[in-house]
Amino acid sequence: MAETSAAKDRSMILQKQMIANHYRQLENAPETGDPVVYTFVPGNMNELVRSFGALPVLPEINALQSGMRQKSGDYIAEAERAGHSEDVCTYVKCDIGMIKAGNISPTGTRLPKPDLLLLSYTGCYTFMKWFELLREEYDCPTVFFHVPYQGDGTIEAEHRDYMMRQLREEVIPALEKATGRRYDEDRLREYLTLSAQAEDDLVAVLQSAKNRPSPIDAYFGAVYYVGPIFSSFRGTPEGVEYYRALREEVEARVAAGQGPMTPVGQLDDEKYRLVVEGPPNWTSFREFWSMFASEGANVVASTYTKVGGTYDFGFRHDPEDPLGTLADYCGGCYTNINLPGRVDMLVDYIREYEADGFVINSVKSCNSFSAGQLMMLREVEKRAGVPGAFIESDLVDPRYFSAANIKNRLESYLQMIDARRMGASA
Amino acid sequence: MRCVIGIDLGSTTTKAVILDEDGAIIGRGITNSRSNYELASAVARSEAFADARFRLVAREVRGELDQALLGRLERAFRLEQTLGQLGRLHELIEEEIERRQYGELGPTVREAVGSIVKAIELEERAHFGSENPPLRSSFFRDAVGSAYNRYAEEISDPKGVTFDLLLGLYDKCIIRVENEPMDLGFQELIDNALDRIENPTLMVDAVRAAASTELDEACMVGTGYGRATLPFPKEAIRSEILCHGLGAHAMFPGTRTVLDIGGQDTKAIQVDDSGIVTSFQMNDRCAAGCGRYLGYIADEMNMGLHELGPMAEKSTRCVKINSTCTVFAGAELRERLSLGERREDILAGLHRAIILRAMSLLARSGGIDDEFTFTGGVANNEAAVHALRDLVDENYGQKTLNISPDSIYTGALGGALFAHRLAS
Repeated sequence: MAETSAAKDRSMILQKQMIANHYRQLENAPETGDPVVYTFVPGNMNELVRSFGALPVLPEINALQSGMRQKSGDYIAEAERAGHSEDVCTYVKCDIGMIKAGNISPTGTRLPKPDLLLLSYTGCYTFMKWFELLREEYDCPTVFFHVPYQGDGTIEAEHRDYMMRQLREEVIPALEKATGRRYDEDRLREYLTLSAQAEDDLVAVLQSAKNRPSPIDAYFGAVYYVGPIFSSFRGTPEGVEYYRALREEVEARVAAGQGPMTPVGQLDDEKYRLVVEGPPNWTSFREFWSMFASEGANVVASTYTKVGGTYDFGFRHDPEDPLGTLADYCGGCYTNINLPGRVDMLVDYIREYEADGFVINSVKSCNSFSAGQLMMLREVEKRAGVPGAFIESDLVDPRYFSAANIKNRLESYLQMIDARRMGASA
Repeated sequence: MRCVIGIDLGSTTTKAVILDEDGAIIGRGITNSRSNYELASAVARSEAFADARFRLVAREVRGELDQALLGRLERAFRLEQTLGQLGRLHELIEEEIERRQYGELGPTVREAVGSIVKAIELEERAHFGSENPPLRSSFFRDAVGSAYNRYAEEISDPKGVTFDLLLGLYDKCIIRVENEPMDLGFQELIDNALDRIENPTLMVDAVRAAASTELDEACMVGTGYGRATLPFPKEAIRSEILCHGLGAHAMFPGTRTVLDIGGQDTKAIQVDDSGIVTSFQMNDRCAAGCGRYLGYIADEMNMGLHELGPMAEKSTRCVKINSTCTVFAGAELRERLSLGERREDILAGLHRAIILRAMSLLARSGGIDDEFTFTGGVANNEAAVHALRDLVDENYGQKTLNISPDSIYTGALGGALFAHRLAS
């Protein structure tokens, strides 16, 4: 990473510090008395949680971090010993295993028990089961926030009312009870204002991939970029600072005509521009990324970077309408969008980002993502007129990553694009 | 003559195809992949060049009698190769006996091995001496291995030179025979082969002409699982999916859908009218329902791989089998046998299960279009083909199903065609 500018380093350093601080605050929570709320990435209402002075814990983030740090294999084995089957979502098993092994966070600090489990249901059924298990484990209060699925492709006015009513009648009272603090709407507005600022910068970063070469990898690189806003830092001053710094760095890369930094160096010679659907594999993340980068394949847009919020079609958190905007946010998370909506999004990305093709990474243990992906493959191919590739791996179970198989499929796919280009030019 | 080569480094076998300047096939070679792709590649290549030389010889000889003579020459050449390897195997076993220090038992072990080798040699001479030798695996390991097993069982003595001892020596040394380079090519062995058929002038002249033809290798393309391990430049490596698509197109130009069932993966490929892949699907990291599955089944049943298909074809009532998991194959099989099912019916069910899995991949890749070409080792299995025909009919209606007797070379042919493009 020798060529990285000092500015680039700044956002990375900031992120590292932010995460370390957060885990430290969590470790100290039993002493400081800060209340702790567990919630999931899709539909996380960080501003609301923060407005009660509570600290969020996001179990999927812990699971994926454990995966990247090669700890998930042991945790999963631990959960399987406790009776969880091989087919269960590996995020869940990784989390359960981590708790059984002493609840030490991926950075090595101790994680506090929850004062409240805030379950935003945004399309993933497993989340309900997951928090049922945690409720059993911690014997703590749970509040369920039901976000209606965008079955018809839109959030209807009555859906919005229904969600706002739940927030007023269920979620806020539960937070008040768990934290011992009153709901303060002005405070919530302050957080929401900061959210919108960071969201503007994030969108600018993601849309920088429209440049040639793209200065970022909008999948492998962008999972780092969405990290703060998808987890504990949306609406915080640290979040705003991080996204401002990141945007400046990315804009400098565009000005210098630089491609993204990848595990195999800076990718200026962008041979293939791809769109990716589905979450990445975390246990072999760098190896997975290298398979793309070493072939000159760069990802210019991805759907996974929208699971914690979809901002590139105009949505921003709106401080003028605090509860309504939280409802809109939750309803718009990628996991809550129906299959035709996902297809539309992929087709739009392929056109707007001038992609040569798209890759679906189908995750073995995630039905929420995988169901319908083959239909999406055919539909997107037909509508966008570019070929799609289908590869299979898993989130955090190292046993489900076959490097040879994935490499073979990816190389075949890229060679297929080559052959089609040669055919087209002949 | 300028030529190009395609090499397909499969998980089970390694194949080579040589094309001339016009893109016509002039030679093919195959060997088992062992665990050494580099050597397997060299052997397949050398075999393909030997095949090419024999085709050149064939151009020189025309009459029926001469054709028969050419057949004898080829068999004499194969015998030379076999005896060369057998001799080396014997040498290595002798060394191994020395190393293991059997003490008093030493001379008896040596004598036992000597008699086995002698018996195999006689058998091989008879095999290649016959005008129509029975079909069998063309790999030294398979042919000699089963004979060694048989003779070792016959002469072993539970109280002296045991079967396990004899087999242990073989297992140890066959690996070395397979993994050291040997001179078994056309140039090295053809003179000895000519001696064996008493050097008829006509054949000697034809061989001289063929041997002196320059075969100038312009380009080589590698494909298959082992491709990354070979020192090919990047542009000379092609995915086997593209190679199978192009190879199938070359064999049957009307091809639009290709099914390839190889040793450890199954691929469903759609190609356009020039053989360019437009879409594909392959099995995930689990090799359930691939060729290797049949290999395990054959081992479990103590049968040869090539015997499975014919036995399944005798079935009168196909048993329904759901699992194509290679790991569970043995358990599934024993369970069915214990329930009193007939072997042929179980085998028919297993073949159908494999094809069902392939059908799912085909559906995922976009279905089956006319014409449909089936490639890979499993395409040589008539029971698999039978099941495929039935299921294609049921699901997609009547389609033209192409299977070439040379389908195992499809990937290597595709590779050679890519090499041909690179060279021109």
